[in-house]
Amino acid sequence: MRSARNRELIALVPVALLLSAGFAAVFAQEEARLGNLSLVYGAYFLAVCLATHVYLRLRLPNADPYLFPLVALLTTFGLVMVYRLDPDLARDQANWFVLGLLLFALTIHFLRDYDVLERYRYTIAGIGLLLLLAPRLPGIGQQVNGAYLGVKIGPLAFQPAEFSKICIVVFLASYLREHREVLIVGARRVLGVTLPPLKHLGPLLVVWGASMFMLVFIRDLGSSLMFFAAFLALLYVATGRFSFVAIGMGMFLLGAWFFASTVPHVHDRIQVWLDPYQDPTASGYQILQSIFAQADGGLFGKGFGQALITIPGTDTPLLPAAQTDTIYSLIVNEVGLFGACAVILTYLLISARGFKIALLADDGFSKLLATGLTAVFAIQAFVIIGGVTRVIPLTGVTLPFVSYGGSSIVANFVLLALLLLISDRARRETRGAQSRAGGLALEGS
Amino acid sequence: MNRQIVKLFGLIVVLFAVLVGFTSYWSVFEAEALKEKSANKRPLLEQQQIERGRILADDGTVIARSVAKGRGANLRYVRRYPEGALFGHPIGYSFVREGDSEFEQFHNDELVGEESEFVSLLDELRGQTQEGNDIVTSIDAEAQRIALADLEAVGFGAVVAIEPSSGRVRVMASNPPYDPNRVPFELAELNRNTFETPLVNRATQGLYPPGSTFKVVTAAAGLDSGTISPDSTIVAPGTLDVQGQPLANDFNQDFGAIGLDTALTNSVNTWFAQLGEDVGSDTLFEYMDRFGFGSTPAIDLPDDQVYRSGVYEGSDLLGRGDAVDAARIAIGQERLLVTPLQMAEVAAAVANGGSLMKPQIWSRVVDPDGRVTESLDPSRYSQAIDEETAAELTTAMEGVVREGTGTNAAIPGVAVAGKTGTAETPFNESCGGGSEENQAWFIGFAPADDPEIAIAATVECTTAFGGDIAAPIFRDVAEALLGGD
Repeated sequence: MRSARNRELIALVPVALLLSAGFAAVFAQEEARLGNLSLVYGAYFLAVCLATHVYLRLRLPNADPYLFPLVALLTTFGLVMVYRLDPDLARDQANWFVLGLLLFALTIHFLRDYDVLERYRYTIAGIGLLLLLAPRLPGIGQQVNGAYLGVKIGPLAFQPAEFSKICIVVFLASYLREHREVLIVGARRVLGVTLPPLKHLGPLLVVWGASMFMLVFIRDLGSSLMFFAAFLALLYVATGRFSFVAIGMGMFLLGAWFFASTVPHVHDRIQVWLDPYQDPTASGYQILQSIFAQADGGLFGKGFGQALITIPGTDTPLLPAAQTDTIYSLIVNEVGLFGACAVILTYLLISARGFKIALLADDGFSKLLATGLTAVFAIQAFVIIGGVTRVIPLTGVTLPFVSYGGSSIVANFVLLALLLLISDRARRETRGAQSRAGGLALEGS
Repeated sequence: MNRQIVKLFGLIVVLFAVLVGFTSYWSVFEAEALKEKSANKRPLLEQQQIERGRILADDGTVIARSVAKGRGANLRYVRRYPEGALFGHPIGYSFVREGDSEFEQFHNDELVGEESEFVSLLDELRGQTQEGNDIVTSIDAEAQRIALADLEAVGFGAVVAIEPSSGRVRVMASNPPYDPNRVPFELAELNRNTFETPLVNRATQGLYPPGSTFKVVTAAAGLDSGTISPDSTIVAPGTLDVQGQPLANDFNQDFGAIGLDTALTNSVNTWFAQLGEDVGSDTLFEYMDRFGFGSTPAIDLPDDQVYRSGVYEGSDLLGRGDAVDAARIAIGQERLLVTPLQMAEVAAAVANGGSLMKPQIWSRVVDPDGRVTESLDPSRYSQAIDEETAAELTTAMEGVVREGTGTNAAIPGVAVAGKTGTAETPFNESCGGGSEENQAWFIGFAPADDPEIAIAATVECTTAFGGDIAAPIFRDVAEALLGGD
């Protein structure tokens, strides 16, 4: 309770140190270009972190103490990198950070009893699908690099897939909580393979269909991969049947293969992934420059503010989309393999805390929700880092909490709020059980 | 469900480990290979932000320097070559878009101040930025100017001058020259010019038949292997039948029984052809190897821009055991092709008591604070022949300049040793296909008793003889280099 929050406060100290050191380093490097005022953003950011900590102390005293500091660490790191690229973008990013925390606080305030989500699961699923479709709707949809990722309503532009992923996970967690038993019991072995009962397969096929739909109509390979992987992770955890996962994976690969050979956009992405040197100045430019930037980083990197982003004397980008897609390459370039490993380790620790919450949670919905949210978060990090390191084809997914982008920051703070809500309840119940047990022991003596 | 959650976490750990693995692969293990990809302009762009060091001639003449353009993040340095075409070869050029060549390419690390990752990390922590070092070369600006002017007056070709005792390259001129300052604007045109090929350094990439200058190598092999002594005589008729083809002296002159001195002074083909057959092709190849034939010269220029000399079969080099015509190799014919640098090394080895020093253009590296951080420590490539052989050969080569085919190389008051060469290259396409075209040569050293300089000079596509057109270039360049000391 109090001790959990105290641990959180102590864990925020290194975050503050990193922030100060990072900003000071960038500032010292580019004193001429950056105004004194820009340092104020650092202080402003720290103040917001502290306010959030106080809020958590009041509202969720039992919640996991490490998640928020870890997320703050990533956000800080992202902020320093974005600040280093462009102080104006850093100001926007800091504002979104505040907006994200506002939504974070609202989520905690209104969804304290998050079981209500189960009641509206089909509505939520509908909203999720609508959000996914939105970029293709005439008038508000926007096309970026051949993929339909953005929505623009008036002055407000955002990437709906970031919010959609939460809706879909909520729906799947709720649906699988209810149907996991039938999926397990009704399963039959056909030719040595355990198949789910056909009757309950329908909604699962819908998810597969949605993924394929995204691949073709939204042309968003990254989100499609991320959604479907999260779905398989949840299906596996809910049923314990690896064969379901294998079938699902097979279906996805089959679909992806089919569309890769028929949809030019997907086909190009895969070709570039397999052989980026085919056209090094056009289609292969981004992935090659991403890898070249990493090669330049070495073990320790070139130092904050030292990476070449554009060709000197011109505006030609040397590392395209450095603030979003390829921010990881920028990190490798500036802080080296060691710095990049620290970032990956941070994601791993967040995942570990997320799964810990799932383990501690009592009821099926909480378990599945925590698992799903953690899985979709970890997979998103994998999809983009894997993209820029050529493990998988490069897609336009953001690096959670690090990349520049309002939708990503805000949506991921909502995700964090849900995890903390589950955590608070789970730990409160555990502590309650412990103290009851302790009380009984006392009475018995 | 808990068991599955733990397994799922295990999968995430594996996936993240894969990410760490790939990042390590690109940033560390594959990094060097990636930096050399032609699509990767990053290393050049980054070097452009470092003030590349200057390249200086022996007397301090600035051959190359960097000038700043833009400021802040746009700061970059552009290379300037104040002497224009004079040092285009062998210094080369270095530009972001066009890449780099020759000396600029070979000495890139010193010029940009490249250090190991740990040293540069320390520098970074100390707030020091990377700075380039200056390199002082051994090139004598005045002699280089004379060599290039002499060449430009007579035709395409090259001159290489080496200090025999150290291997220091004092002159390396190639005509036609090019102005490295023009490279950013006309690299494509320079490359397209396949007739003049101004970007080719003829001193290291010109493969020419050596003609009679090769008789020095044949004589060295004969003396050093004990096949002949300076007193031996061989009967040299006007013509000789070798492998079914006649091999003749100039004007079919019959010399009778003569020794080495007379044979070299008059460049007697039939004498050296017989010596070549007596020595045998295997021994001849062995001595060629000792003089550096068959290998890329150990000079401080990129390997791909320095060609090997030897007996060519297509693009391959022949060696011991291959079927060759030893008599014709002995007089510099057959499929023998050599670079001017190689022939300068032959002259330098004889001049240095048979000891061949590795030729080097650089002399010392000076850091931005003016401290000399590295100096050339001359090293020996081989003991090609023993000292006695070298002395005997020097005597014979002095005769060439005193009273033989090379009198135009004579310098008043200085004993000069040398050898002329005139290889007939009729119907050569690169010469325009004329029937009277020769490759004219002179190699030699001076002063003969205490050599300070060894030179090879050659002119392509000329109707003149080596003694008439190449020997005077030798004289002018040698005088400039000897007079300066």
